[in-house]
Amino acid sequence: MSSSADRSSGLQWVLLSYRVPREPSTPRIAVWRKLKRLGVAQLGDGLVALPADARTREQLEWVAEEVEQAGGSAMLWIARPDTEEEEQRIAAEMAAARAAEYRAVRDQALAARTAVGLDDGAGLLRRLRAELRRIERRDHFPAVDGDAARAAVKDLAAHVGQKRRERA
Amino acid sequence: MRWVTRRGVHIDRAATAWLIRRFVDAAAEFEFVAGPTEVAEGAIPFDMRGVELGHRSHGGHQECTFETVLRRHDLTDPVLWKIAEVVHEADLEDDRFDAPDAAGLDVVLRGLSLILDDAAVLAVTEPVFDGLYEYYRRAVLLGRPPA
Repeated sequence: MSSSADRSSGLQWVLLSYRVPREPSTPRIAVWRKLKRLGVAQLGDGLVALPADARTREQLEWVAEEVEQAGGSAMLWIARPDTEEEEQRIAAEMAAARAAEYRAVRDQALAARTAVGLDDGAGLLRRLRAELRRIERRDHFPAVDGDAARAAVKDLAAHVGQKRRERA
Repeated sequence: MRWVTRRGVHIDRAATAWLIRRFVDAAAEFEFVAGPTEVAEGAIPFDMRGVELGHRSHGGHQECTFETVLRRHDLTDPVLWKIAEVVHEADLEDDRFDAPDAAGLDVVLRGLSLILDDAAVLAVTEPVFDGLYEYYRRAVLLGRPPA
């Protein structure tokens, strides 16, 4: 999609305005979960945004398709906030949401070093690594807390490896 | 037949093109367009919004285009459905399947799309999916990953 906006220009956003019927609730909840997983900025009721690039556009296109197949209506927009301050505010909100997710991973990784045995540690390590990957994929404005979370998970990995060697 | 999809192919479109050529239409020719309005008459569009062969809901779950083509053409080969799990996770990332291979394949496809045009991506990925098919075929037969 060479004609689409490049996120590095920092200028364009892809917006999805949508409306899903209240009932049945299953597709409505599926759409909500999908948007949450994509890490969208919630601009209003039934209006979400992501910084535009080929990937985010496609992601929201398929959500729009899902909404329409569920009997709702959806429309995609390429837009730009009127002022840079507005844009920075939205970006800061998205970064703050990711930062909270990173902190939760870091806290669990730190707590696990002292609290759990080898088996729990290894299982938790797998879960935290997967969670970290999911957060990174929706981290559109790299949050500072990402480094601390990655470091804590790395420490946990070393800790689990150490305990494994001790048992062997 | 002429088959049309969106430009900038990634995992779902590359895998589906391979699936079409191997299991649906050996003489398939592929074209790449910006959107559904550019699809020529008589051509079959896939992996685009608002077309039959796209993401569809099945049994309350959203499925990718690869899965949709399997259903529409009654392809029940368990090896193809194993590949479908990998493509599904690489494309939709909804943790519906345990498909750790998806992450690696996703990165390979993303890398190829940075250095090749769409026709070249399909040409390169054809033997990749042939190889994956053989790998999962043996895995299904053996009941464990082949050596």
